[in-house]
Amino acid sequence: MTSVALLGQILDYANRADPYPLYAELRRTPVVRDESGPYLVSTYWEIHSLLHDPRVSSDIRNLAPEAKTAPRTEDPDLPPSFIRLDPPDHDRLRRLIMRTYGPPHAPRRVYGLRGEISGIVSGLIDRFQGRDRIDLVDDFSYPFPVTVICRLLGVPQEDEQRFHGWADTVATAIEPAVGTPEEQQAHWQAIREAHHQLAEYLSGLIAQRRRAPREDMISALATDRGADESPMSLPEMLSNLTLLLIAGHETTVNLITNGMLTLLRHPDTLKQLRADPDLVIPLVEELLRFEPPVQLLPERTTLDDIEIAGTTIPQGASLWLVPASGNRDPRRFPEPDRFLPDRPDNQHFGFGSGIHNCIGSPLARLEAQAALAELVRRLDNPRLVEDPPPYRHNAVLRGPRHLPIAFDGLSR
Amino acid sequence: MALDGSLERLRREGRIVVVGASLAGLRAAETLREEGFTGTLTMIGDEPYEPYDRPPLSKQVLLGRVPADHTALPRRRAIEAQWRLGAAATGLDLSAKRVALADGTSVEYDRLLIATGVRSRPWPNELEAGLDGVFVLRTRDDATRLRHRLKAGPSRVLVIGAGFTGSEIASVCRERDLPVTVAERGPTPLSGALGSVIGDVAAQLHHQHGVDLRCGVMVTGLEGDGVGRLRRAHFSDGGTVDAEVAVVALGATRNTEWLAGSGLAAGPRGIACDAGCRAFDVRGIVADDVFVAGDVARSPHPLFGYRFLSLEHWGNAVAQAEVAAHNMICRGEERRPHLWTPYFWSAQFGVNIKSVGVPNMADQIIVSQGSLGEHRFTAAYGYQGRVIAAVTFDQAKWLEFYQRQIEQAAPFPPPFATVDRRTEGMRPVPAGFPDPSVPTHGPQVTVSGYSPTDQRVTFTPAGHGHHA
Ligand SMILES: Cc1cc2nc3c(=O)[nH]c(=O)nc-3n(C[C@H](O)[C@H](O)[C@H](O)COP(=O)(O)OP(=O)(O)OC[C@H]3O[C@@H](n4cnc5c(N)ncnc54)[C@H](O)[C@@H]3O)c2cc1C
Ligand code: HEM
Repeated sequence: MTSVALLGQILDYANRADPYPLYAELRRTPVVRDESGPYLVSTYWEIHSLLHDPRVSSDIRNLAPEAKTAPRTEDPDLPPSFIRLDPPDHDRLRRLIMRTYGPPHAPRRVYGLRGEISGIVSGLIDRFQGRDRIDLVDDFSYPFPVTVICRLLGVPQEDEQRFHGWADTVATAIEPAVGTPEEQQAHWQAIREAHHQLAEYLSGLIAQRRRAPREDMISALATDRGADESPMSLPEMLSNLTLLLIAGHETTVNLITNGMLTLLRHPDTLKQLRADPDLVIPLVEELLRFEPPVQLLPERTTLDDIEIAGTTIPQGASLWLVPASGNRDPRRFPEPDRFLPDRPDNQHFGFGSGIHNCIGSPLARLEAQAALAELVRRLDNPRLVEDPPPYRHNAVLRGPRHLPIAFDGLSR
Repeated sequence: MALDGSLERLRREGRIVVVGASLAGLRAAETLREEGFTGTLTMIGDEPYEPYDRPPLSKQVLLGRVPADHTALPRRRAIEAQWRLGAAATGLDLSAKRVALADGTSVEYDRLLIATGVRSRPWPNELEAGLDGVFVLRTRDDATRLRHRLKAGPSRVLVIGAGFTGSEIASVCRERDLPVTVAERGPTPLSGALGSVIGDVAAQLHHQHGVDLRCGVMVTGLEGDGVGRLRRAHFSDGGTVDAEVAVVALGATRNTEWLAGSGLAAGPRGIACDAGCRAFDVRGIVADDVFVAGDVARSPHPLFGYRFLSLEHWGNAVAQAEVAAHNMICRGEERRPHLWTPYFWSAQFGVNIKSVGVPNMADQIIVSQGSLGEHRFTAAYGYQGRVIAAVTFDQAKWLEFYQRQIEQAAPFPPPFATVDRRTEGMRPVPAGFPDPSVPTHGPQVTVSGYSPTDQRVTFTPAGHGHHA
């Protein structure tokens, strides 16, 4: 059996700014075992087929302990959230969340946030006044999605700052720990502490909303009796609310940051967008294909032998799907390495596919569309200060750590 | 592309006539233009409306969420056609290549596409069928009338036949909080299409939503009140039910009468065509210039032993129309076969039902994921040791996987482990399709042997017995 030594290179920070040549190399063998153990799947149709294959499990309890390599982001003291569960538990929890979040039970939950989203965007951009240089990440992309999640869930504005703090700390769990053993120990300790405080805070809020429900999502969740199945227990609520926070945070930050980076690298497209703000809708889709915030889906498990693309993946193997590579598969997308804002037939994997596909996609789309259209409209002559910018360590949730942008002024 | 002269001329200035201006007809016309046909295109349709979509009629339209005249099919492109709407085709002269219309005119063609679909099987007793309050549901006008009547709040609605359409209508009635009785001759709802194992789940949905479901009975008569309004229905078990509205949902009949005597292999089971959508004549020889698509077609399918299938499926009409249109204007060696894997969906009682393949060919079924009792599951159907179909209740995301299993003729029962396998998924059981000689209502796939001219009516959803 052939194997490659590419996963190490993909995870290697030296390749963070441009992993795409590595993906192209990977696609020469659509399904291949990496020296380090996992099976890598890099071509569009093979990824698609495995994301829809009931023999593939997302539950890491099905994975042999020695095969587990990706960092854990969840609170070890809570039950797994549904992104890491299989049916039927996954389906039940996802349904219960959806009852409070989307159609048919809560059709206006996301759409109703439109006004607030554009208010938050304007407010953050107003603060650039009087400056000729910003760090898009620190000054805009990072604070934006957490604020939106707070409004979605119903976290009172006076608590938002505390919430931001926990969110930031919890999100660092996604990064591999660095430093001396003592520093690493302290790092994990801090994350655990943040998880505890977040859980305690959320429990308090849930209890409050149970007594005096409001229009927000936490109230809906806290008072839901379930339709024909048991409603969420408190630990389940805590675990899955934290999931919303984590899954919707870094990803949205990176989408917006990647978006500005890509626009600044394609000045003609930027001009086009300024002239035609509606272009932002297909443009965000192309962005999700071209620079997806979730590059890899690590550590799924095979419940049985699976034959695919001439290879048999044995039962119990660790599967790493590479959607960012599938998104650049020339067998699916013509001219895959070009950024074409109005690309037709753009069924990318930016939000995954199959039963775990992103429930936050309507919200994330609204956020990214609002942010990019408004940044492009208001920033006068924006320019990249360095290219490539410095990246975060994380190869899975990949994005710039900073994105310094110089500009000449700010429009109203 | 090197085309011989006559084909080139056909593509440039030929005359193509489409009979049946609905889903299949429209999608074929669009494909013809898409592929470069610039000649004259005539669309003949007996309904007065431009092409509209039928699936919403038994769902959003009856619920009152979408007006019946807001169901026009979205256009993929301009087709620059001559529309002959409100004009039924009444005859076909194959040798003169001419279609006769009800208004006495006729239209000549170089290529003809027949897409006349099906119509609702009416209540067999004409007098009773004429009572005020007795409806069928196939067209926009049917839907407008029925919706109007449901809105008025009848004391009870009787649905005759619990196939997909009947079940959807019952579901809408319950959602509108109307008392409803469903009468079904088979052992369960949907048993003709999905078998009685799944039919039992459908029955639970009816009960759970307050439907008065009566299976294993026939409606033997509809009784009027003296001024011609429906008042009561009589059942074969001696029972009666008082209802102001009855919806007859006994399946469909192919619109082929206008082809009688034309020499085409057209009959009550549809028009036989080859996998390239060319119509067979009664000798079993394909006609080169007459094509068929949509609900009216019966065509052989390689995945199912080349047996002729008649499919009343939205997706089939689209796919077959595209293939037919392509084949109408290309060279012989460029023709494509219609290899579409049957696929169907329905929405009822809050459940999203989807099926792929041909369930009613199966002998066995296994619940491969989920649980019948929870009404959320995926079940695979087996025929002679291979997977032949699958159905999902609220688990549509798995359907594609099973479609591939069908297309690869994968073994049945599925030998592998999956997520969400329960004890009931350990062992296949008989699928419970009724004896084909005892028809139920509305199996929307009809498997009809190997012969293009097979016109025996053995598995068509027959009408109820006449009243005693
Ligand atoms: C209420 C309802 C709900 C449905 N729901 C679903 C669903 O959920 N999922 C699904 O997959 N499918 C569903 N279907 C089936 C789907 O709508 C059909 O498969 C589809 O309409 C077939 O298209 P067609 O063009 O072949 O035939 P049709 O839509 O039947 O069109 C044929 C047209 O030809 C006309 N015609 C007939 N004879 C003549 C003549 N002699 N001259 C001129 N014109 C003529 C007819 O009046 C009609 O306009 C539903 C159908 C109905 C009625
Ligand atoms: C640009 C922003 C986002 C991107 C790129 C993104 C991407 C993804 C991807 C690829 C998955 C699939 C994971 C898998 O298959 O294992 C996923 C799942 C998920 N996302 Fe997002 N996401 C974004 C924003 C959000 C937001 C804003 C929320 C919450 C409000 C959210 C909540 C979730 C949840 C709960 C899941 C798990 C779904 C399940 O397992 O059924 N995401 N997301």
